[in-house]
Amino acid sequence: MSMTKTSDGGIHVMRCGFMALVQDQGRFGFQELGVSVSGAADKEALDVGNILVGNPPGSAALEVMLGDFEIEFIESMMFALTGAETDARLDDVSVGRYLSYKAHAGSRLSLSNVRQGLRAYISVQGGVDTPKILGSRSTHIASGIGGFKGRGLQPGDVLMVGKPEPGDEYVSRCWDGDELPADELTVRVVLGPQDDEFSESGIQTFLSSTYVVSDQSNRQGLRLEGSAIESLNGRYDIVSDAVVNGSIQVPGDGKPIILLSDRQTTGGYLKIATVASVDIPRLGQASPGNRITFSAVSVEESQQLFIERQDKLLTSINEPVGDQIFLRVDDTDISVGMAVSGSAEAVVLDGIAYPIIVDEFIPDE
Amino acid sequence: MRGLKSCLWPSWFPVSRKVTSEPGDQRFPRVVPAGDSAILIELGSEVDPGISSMVFALTDLIREAGLNSDLEVLPTYRSVLVYYDPLVRSYAEMFDAVNGALQGLAEPTNANSSLKIVEIPVVYGGDDGPDLHFVADHAGMTDDAVIELHSGTDYRVYMLGFSPGFPYLGGLDERIAAPRLKTPRVSVPAGSVGIAELQTGVYPNAGPGGWRIIGRTSVTLFDVNSSTPSLITPATKVRFIPVDEHD
Repeated sequence: MSMTKTSDGGIHVMRCGFMALVQDQGRFGFQELGVSVSGAADKEALDVGNILVGNPPGSAALEVMLGDFEIEFIESMMFALTGAETDARLDDVSVGRYLSYKAHAGSRLSLSNVRQGLRAYISVQGGVDTPKILGSRSTHIASGIGGFKGRGLQPGDVLMVGKPEPGDEYVSRCWDGDELPADELTVRVVLGPQDDEFSESGIQTFLSSTYVVSDQSNRQGLRLEGSAIESLNGRYDIVSDAVVNGSIQVPGDGKPIILLSDRQTTGGYLKIATVASVDIPRLGQASPGNRITFSAVSVEESQQLFIERQDKLLTSINEPVGDQIFLRVDDTDISVGMAVSGSAEAVVLDGIAYPIIVDEFIPDE
Repeated sequence: MRGLKSCLWPSWFPVSRKVTSEPGDQRFPRVVPAGDSAILIELGSEVDPGISSMVFALTDLIREAGLNSDLEVLPTYRSVLVYYDPLVRSYAEMFDAVNGALQGLAEPTNANSSLKIVEIPVVYGGDDGPDLHFVADHAGMTDDAVIELHSGTDYRVYMLGFSPGFPYLGGLDERIAAPRLKTPRVSVPAGSVGIAELQTGVYPNAGPGGWRIIGRTSVTLFDVNSSTPSLITPATKVRFIPVDEHD
């Protein structure tokens, strides 16, 4: 296979039904000036996607909510889908998640029919290259900062893509780590910082009730419906305090709000607990109607869970193909193999996966 | 927070704010986890210039100590939040490090004297301040008297939040406090100076707003393309200077 790589171009947005945003790890360093962090709602999906296409951590990807999205690759490039499970097609051929494919120049990738989760991520080799604003490419819609002109993507937008390192012959990778479910969540939390402002029965309510994600939820936070949590003296408002990703605020109606990527930097409600970092990415995939229960862990346990999960993310990256055949074509040796990603098949030529349609596939042995 | 290690406090620290065993009492100061990637030092629970001075002094100490390499330190009205990477440091290590920084916290001498003053030129009233008359009527004084009181105070910047560059200012003369609009405006121009109850502030960016707008500045308050994007920063004071027209 010979590919010619054009020197410019990137991604052309053809269709955008709900919301698609450029996101990276977030905008850190300016929270004391009131600048929200934002960043990918499911950071794990972003991280894995970047690894699959050979990007350094923190490269920007497209975060696509609820599918109904189509792009054209202006030049050929490696891409990978992570996060929500959608019906994804490259030029009408099914593509799976957690496998990096090569797309030809002019091919079109469409996402529709979300089956599980809420936000799919499209990572491309070199990363989406919108201007860095205050050190990050993340889009924060409320303040109109970052991403593509500070807003969600629209049909007609053309996004530049960073150039991979010269001579970087990146081959496909797949990830076989266990995905975490999003529809029935047990969320681990570290109590505090203001858990002592709640009554014992309030803490009990919080840790023993099932809450339902309301339709008032967004990237700023998940509003939960369920049993009201009792504070110690009926007071829920405090003089504004810093909040973090996963802070669980309890306003006057007693119903918890879990703050996510687009949160403001400070908040004036009591915080009963903070979600363990290991479980925050799953909340970025939670949809209205999903059920959540909370279980308390110590800060040490929470850190250990995160460390173990990060190790596992990195050790679950593999080459996509086992059995290969080796051919010699026009004095060139090539290897050919098959890979399966979800319900989609791919042919792997010299380590690079391409989506194909297979009527019947019978391995040699 | 239950079951936390105790920590040492400087001997000058106000006794009334030390940890008490009385249930339901405010128990400050204290060091508690805010999840597994941040540690929170709560110095109080109220709006108070003394607490604020300690917040900013502690913020500087923590930055100087380099406890969290290139991660953030976030000062607020009542607390200092320190981010760290749990892959690099444990909570116990951060707790000890923060405790060490606290030992260097000197007793604040004069809470107000040393803060840098940021001057903001403001055109009061007219199209720039459509609610000036309302505030004056509400206060039972003339427009000019409101302007004199509003511009006659240096306001302490307790923190920034709500939106990029938005300062929470303390020190409004209570005689010109005024209720919020019942229905917020859909859009308030950037630079609008407003009053809401005992707060005053200035909107760095255009956006919806429910404060009573008494004037406007044409100074750029927040520039995303600058490495120092905000004109107003924590640990400063803001002085509004009445001007007749914009530059």
